[in-house]
Amino acid sequence: MQTKRAIFASRVLPYWLLAPQLAVTLVFFLWPAAQAVRQSFLREDAFGLKTSFVWLENYTRLFHDPNYLNSLKVTVVFAASVTLLSVALGLLFALAVDRMIASSRLYTTLLVWPYAVAPAVAGVLWWFMFNPTLGVIPYVLEGLGYDWNHLLSPTDAMILVVAASTWKQISYNFLFFVAGLQAIPRALGEAAAIDGAGPVKRFFSITFPLLSPTTFFLMVVNTVYAMFDTFPVIHATTEGNPAQSTNILVYKVYVDGFLGLNLGSSAAQSVVLMAIVIALTVIQFRYIERRVEY
Amino acid sequence: MSTIVNWIGGAATMAAATLLSSAAFAATEIQWWHAMGGELGAKLEEIVAGYNASQDEYKVVPVYKGTYPETMTAAITAFRAGEQPAIVQVFEVGTGTMMAARGAVYPVYQLMKDAGADFDQKAFLPAVVGYYTDTDGNMLSMPFNSSTPILYYNKDVFEKAGLDPEKAPETWSDVEEFSKKIIDSGAAKCGFTTGWISWVQLENLSAWHNQSIGTLENGFGGLDTELTFDGPVQERHWENLKKWQDSGVFEYGGPVGGNDAAPKFYSQECAIYMNSSASRAGVMANAKGFEVGFGMLPYYADVDGAPQNSIIGGATLWVLKGREEAEYKGVAEFFSYLSSPEVQADWHQFSGYLPITEAAYELGKEQGYYAKNPGTDVGIKQITLNPPTANSKGLRFGNYVQIRNIIDEEFQALLSGQKTAREALQSLDQRGNELIREFQAANS
Amino acid sequence: MVENRPLLTLAAHLVLIGGLVLVVFPVWLAFVASTHGPAAFMAAPVPLLPGPDLVKNYGALIASGVSTSGAPPIGLMLWNSLAMALMISIGKIAISVPSAFAIVYFRFPFRMLAFWAIFITLMLPVEVRIVPTFKVVADLGMLNSYAGLAVPLIASATATFLFRQFFLTVPDELMEAARVDGAGPMKFFRDILLPLSRTNIAALFVILFIYGWNQYIWPLLITTDPGYYTIVMGIKRMVDVADARPQWHLVMATAILAMLPPVVVVVAMQRLFVRGLVETEK
Repeated sequence: MQTKRAIFASRVLPYWLLAPQLAVTLVFFLWPAAQAVRQSFLREDAFGLKTSFVWLENYTRLFHDPNYLNSLKVTVVFAASVTLLSVALGLLFALAVDRMIASSRLYTTLLVWPYAVAPAVAGVLWWFMFNPTLGVIPYVLEGLGYDWNHLLSPTDAMILVVAASTWKQISYNFLFFVAGLQAIPRALGEAAAIDGAGPVKRFFSITFPLLSPTTFFLMVVNTVYAMFDTFPVIHATTEGNPAQSTNILVYKVYVDGFLGLNLGSSAAQSVVLMAIVIALTVIQFRYIERRVEY
Repeated sequence: MSTIVNWIGGAATMAAATLLSSAAFAATEIQWWHAMGGELGAKLEEIVAGYNASQDEYKVVPVYKGTYPETMTAAITAFRAGEQPAIVQVFEVGTGTMMAARGAVYPVYQLMKDAGADFDQKAFLPAVVGYYTDTDGNMLSMPFNSSTPILYYNKDVFEKAGLDPEKAPETWSDVEEFSKKIIDSGAAKCGFTTGWISWVQLENLSAWHNQSIGTLENGFGGLDTELTFDGPVQERHWENLKKWQDSGVFEYGGPVGGNDAAPKFYSQECAIYMNSSASRAGVMANAKGFEVGFGMLPYYADVDGAPQNSIIGGATLWVLKGREEAEYKGVAEFFSYLSSPEVQADWHQFSGYLPITEAAYELGKEQGYYAKNPGTDVGIKQITLNPPTANSKGLRFGNYVQIRNIIDEEFQALLSGQKTAREALQSLDQRGNELIREFQAANS
Repeated sequence: MVENRPLLTLAAHLVLIGGLVLVVFPVWLAFVASTHGPAAFMAAPVPLLPGPDLVKNYGALIASGVSTSGAPPIGLMLWNSLAMALMISIGKIAISVPSAFAIVYFRFPFRMLAFWAIFITLMLPVEVRIVPTFKVVADLGMLNSYAGLAVPLIASATATFLFRQFFLTVPDELMEAARVDGAGPMKFFRDILLPLSRTNIAALFVILFIYGWNQYIWPLLITTDPGYYTIVMGIKRMVDVADARPQWHLVMATAILAMLPPVVVVVAMQRLFVRGLVETEK
């Protein structure tokens, strides 16, 4: 881990400086996390009147539960679609803006703001647009001979939540790619152009490799986004339906814990999710540390 | 920084306080969490305002907590956190869960006795109260809004299709035949739609045909019960629904309450609509440009014993333990107010919920309400059509809120062609039984 | 530009215009919906051009709210959102700058432990551990309070991490010079480090404000008193109505009002925001 070559010498001061953050982290993160671990070994009725210790039963049930395995699968499909789509579209728009001289600022401004839209609001907007009885898109699709119904068709429902989640995330990726493209020396592209390389070839031989750190970073960040921050999109739209086809892991934790009141199972799911996030954090960290060092 | 935060917090709290409480200081506040949105919510607030104005010792504060499942789980979570309301409105399928929670629930008969309130259980309609009594016949919760599904139809569309607009379909073969005529004549795009697949097209379907849905008298007999949804009538009906969905006779309105069903009926896309008798207020308000007819739920004429009687839905008011003693006196007084014939008749006539006392029903008759408003007594006639059997007095399963979700999921799997009716119902039984076993383990 | 390829430039314009349509269309629909009366939503398709009821709808919303949807007046919800967003952004910055300072500029026992205790929360949203966190907040009596809305969300390491990255890029010479001048750590922190971090703090503020404003499930769970409802969660309350149809025109008007403040902040402070996002998060 990095530090300064030169440091201050003080025994007490750093603890004071750290105290507020550590306190908040301990009370609202580490303690609840420990509670989740404890709860995951218990069985309790809804009102919390009777509690019994069941060892690993919650976990074994979980991994034998077809719904949970389905939820894992749904999460993978969903996260991969959102990540790939939003990164690809972000890159596409960034490349286009990179060609602009006069209008790049304007385009950037117009493309940036969805970052500020709450995922829940994004969900509601798309829900309205795709409403099977009222929506504009189903109306158009029906004219084209496709009977859109996300209340029944798992595929339609998945497309809907992927679209709403991606929509909100494109601007974020776009900004990173714009910055990444600006950091690439123009001379490289010009040299290649003089050698007769066309734009497509230049993209794949120069631009894309040089963007790969940005792309990797965005892949991880978007995966985390798709797996966890999209909760409001699901909650405000499909609520995991139909037939659990959009019930992603983080939504299932909530449904089983708060609606199903199956606290043991929900806690076990929390623990599994925490392990996944921590693994992703470590991967990201390794990568960032490496970058800062060279 | 902290001053800024304090200032923001303080100012906002004050703003909130001035906005929300206009009552006198002395009144004891009683929180009532409910799930009545829209027009019903406005009426509920009116009733509460009426009670609050009638005395100044107590102030009932109604708080809308979202859908039924949300309201119930919010109250349970709040109970665990020690922040529970005194009164919570719980829908009928949460009854099993609430009944098992002896440490958390203050039974209504007990509450009324402790408060010395004038309370006669016999005044209530047996078909309604039966759902909410313990094995000794004591009333555990206060019925407030009970309903039963009925059939609504579009008279104008019927006429256009060459059908008799005064004749509601009686059997499922009527529904099918009428629908085909309606579609073929171009009078409407779809025959029928429905709210609440679980409640209307499975639970009530079963009771209406005197079919069991669980062992031990549909769960009334104990936590040992097992689901038996995969009977021949249910299978036949779900198979038909799938077939009708494919041919356009039926259109699915979505899971849980079926939010998209009502718009299909209002916009005259579907000619027939099955939903709660309490949907009447919404139907009358939204059915612009056409006449609405009413009827009982359809049945299969060749099934022995059909039609039997339908079962109720809607919700009752449960009292949660752990509040101040003074509040419970107020709750008892408020419940007496709620079940008085005038308030009941008003609420019933406005909302389409069933009257919960004989007196309220009689009052309505005296006022000539049912004669003036056709269709308003369909529900009550249907629920009292025959004396309830073990299969038709209701159901009582633990974790039933989740089982309802499974019903929706399996129905969706059926409609999207992933499963046959038989497979869907069997899988429903199997998954539901797991939840019931879990509930049994956690509660014994 | 490297060379002149008008076709490619045209294609780029087309791509961007396509992107704009994609980005704007859902919001345009919502805006249009918020300018019509309820009758416009009886059957498909919903209108695509603004209607006459803009003033009426927003006026009704601001004046009385939609009480039967359980939502308090819009003004109060906007105010709650603002309070929560400000508390989260200010609080997070206030605790993360000192802790980043401690981690970068000091060596002390248990430094690694403290470091990991904080950074393990880096990407862990509250949704993942929502049930136990709810319980802790309830046990502390913080349900239905501004502290309950904001403080648990302050407990994440993103801001600390960004400041750590920034402090690492501050030249060591500055600190050595300060030491030669006899300045202690707090004096260095106050007089040199904080002024240097000013733009970063401002940029981060924008990002955290948006993060705070857009919180959804947390306020939905811990507020049982409508006096604490925030606008983003209020929308959900309005969509879910039993036995009736959502009042789409009012729902969409609320959605527009809910997204307006953060969008204005982003557009107005675009430079700072982009800087904060791109330069520090890497």
